[in-house]
Amino acid sequence: MDLIARDRTLIAWAVLISATALSWWLGTDHGFDDPRIAAVAVLFVGFFKVRLVGLYFMELRLSPPVLRALFEGWCLVVCGAVVTLYLVL
Amino acid sequence: MGEEQATESVGRNGVGSLGVAAELAGEAALARIQKPEPVEGRGPVVRQRDDGKHVPGEPGVWIFILGDMSIFAVLFGVYIVGRGDAPALFESQQQLLNQNFGALNTILLLVSSLLVYSGVNAIRKQDLRAPLLFIAAIVCGLGFVVVKYFEYSQKIDHGLTPALNDFWMYYFVLTGLHLFHLLLGLGVLTLITLNARRAKPGSTRFALIEGGACFWHMVDFLWIILFPLLYLVGE
Repeated sequence: MDLIARDRTLIAWAVLISATALSWWLGTDHGFDDPRIAAVAVLFVGFFKVRLVGLYFMELRLSPPVLRALFEGWCLVVCGAVVTLYLVL
Repeated sequence: MGEEQATESVGRNGVGSLGVAAELAGEAALARIQKPEPVEGRGPVVRQRDDGKHVPGEPGVWIFILGDMSIFAVLFGVYIVGRGDAPALFESQQQLLNQNFGALNTILLLVSSLLVYSGVNAIRKQDLRAPLLFIAAIVCGLGFVVVKYFEYSQKIDHGLTPALNDFWMYYFVLTGLHLFHLLLGLGVLTLITLNARRAKPGSTRFALIEGGACFWHMVDFLWIILFPLLYLVGE
């Protein structure tokens, strides 16, 4: 087991697993009375998880700012677009 | 942290001195003498930038990854628009999905990503057990395929096919396209496993491994969005 990296990425991984459990719970008729609020919450949690995968597993937190900005920009724009389309349509 | 290790090992090869130490000391002449000739294209490649930042993998890999991310971004949007056209239909059909399959696959991919990240770090430390981590990640990926196989066959047995309605068309196209990427990723992980022991930090071989690892992490995070989008986003 000493092969598994023991650094901040392991903490990020634990957060990702917990967030998966949270999404699953929120998305299966728990937590919020309004399913639309639950849906938006689940999407926000999802894109937050994507950002963690990028920054820690892909090591973009150590990459040149341009690459990191492209990635985080993607998370922000796609999350905003999907949530907006979901709420408007 | 990663770069520090990379610099360290590059330094051991005698290349690090040319960029940093020698110049700082103003010994340009010495640096010229010490500048190593690349041996048959396998010499260490110094990827250190002036600001100490590091592009994981080859920059070309990122063109591909960002391109794929853009395509999936459009597909997410198309799905949400399609859902907006017939929310009642999507809501009723979505109830037929088994969320446990989707959640299990998310966990499998998250475990595989931790294994791949640890594998890349093991190569940085020149740990000969690095291939074991990539093999374990491949097993998780195969687990994903097995779960998808059961899920698909269950749906098709119940007559839930892409031809039935828009929801199932989107479901099979999106998950199928993701599965295609995952199978590509399994091929990439196999190549990484075979090359892990021969990769020296800072070498082109190592950069390709880093790039392949990033591709696998992309397969992971695309599923992280597809799962809630298809299985959880209700009403």
